[in-house]
Amino acid sequence: MSTVLDVFSIVAIMGGAFFYLAGTVGLLRFPDAYTRLHALTKADNLGLALVVVGLLPQMNGILAAAKLILVWLLVMLSSGAVSQLIARSVRRQEPQ
Amino acid sequence: MIAPVVSMVVVALLLWLAVWSVVAHDAFLAVAAFVVYGLLLALVWVRLAGIDVALTEAAIGGGLTGALLLGAVGRLRRTEAALSTEHAGTGTRIAAALLAVGVAGGLMIAVTMLPEQPPTLAPLVVPALPATGVGNPITGVLLAFRALDTLLEAIVLVIALIGVWSFGPDHAWGGRPGPRYSADPNGMLAYLARVLPPLGIVIGIYLFWAGADHPGGKFQSATILAAMWMLVQMAALADTPRTDRNILRAGIVVGPLVFIVVGVFGLWTAGAFLGYPDGWSKPLILLIEMALLPTLVLVLALLMNGPATRKAVP
Repeated sequence: MSTVLDVFSIVAIMGGAFFYLAGTVGLLRFPDAYTRLHALTKADNLGLALVVVGLLPQMNGILAAAKLILVWLLVMLSSGAVSQLIARSVRRQEPQ
Repeated sequence: MIAPVVSMVVVALLLWLAVWSVVAHDAFLAVAAFVVYGLLLALVWVRLAGIDVALTEAAIGGGLTGALLLGAVGRLRRTEAALSTEHAGTGTRIAAALLAVGVAGGLMIAVTMLPEQPPTLAPLVVPALPATGVGNPITGVLLAFRALDTLLEAIVLVIALIGVWSFGPDHAWGGRPGPRYSADPNGMLAYLARVLPPLGIVIGIYLFWAGADHPGGKFQSATILAAMWMLVQMAALADTPRTDRNILRAGIVVGPLVFIVVGVFGLWTAGAFLGYPDGWSKPLILLIEMALLPTLVLVLALLMNGPATRKAVP
């Protein structure tokens, strides 16, 4: 059972790492601020989600697991809100 | 096998960010590098098992200092272009380079001359910790064995705030600091400022309470609480406070005052300034921490707000 969980953790965390890598490549390669934000939020949301899901079976206790999920939700809230704010400020600076 | 490689990468990144934040031509880029540097440094402290230091570094070093510097960048923007056309003379450059090399060389020599076994008081402190009734050694040291340092730290913060306030124009003294923020009341910032503070306040108080026995404490807690207040201000859900309100000023000085009163009280009961009588150290430490919390929250947030700039006409 524990081997299955370990394999699950490894696969999920590797998947998360892949999204982080893809998000970083997008951040470096995409042409403008909007597409770069798009790449970043994918890394934040999906990458972190997969890392958190992968870590859940490794936690001892519900409380530690709940804290991890709370961290994920907080990061989603802040990254979502902040990317909206950045996009709005970029839009305001654009020539009309 | 992997751990040393990760450490090396983090150290290399840290050095690169440090150099970048110094040589960057754009002040905003320099501050961005500095903030990332602070966050990475927090990771380094986690790897060194200094969770308390890591929390403080992330909150104060990366977060609060970063925000203060960003505010400074915003205010300097008008003069930055003029400044970048100025160049120091060759003599000045050579003198600066010599000074930098001299300081770095001196530091390198000093580091190599450090004794293998660093001098430490830890073996003496650890057996004495249970007497303080506090489980977290950092809190115990800060508020029992080095209480005078913590007291002076709190006083320095209050004096710094008075210093910032005194930069304001005379006519605005006692008024509200900074500009009145404007934001879409139904926008994203206002949404965040409504959703996040309840959670942030709970987490801030948790960090404060956990500080007695686990990593955490008043400083980290105060930064989070101050950040929540700043968020509400920036989303224009509340204006910056009037700096002539008595309750505000009382909150600013309550921490150092309670600390000093407890310290003087120690002269009679424990025979030393800041001494705690037997069996009373835990409640007294808790009292001091509780009094310091509002001081720190108010001072950190008001340092961010800056000096008073506008006063309502009576």
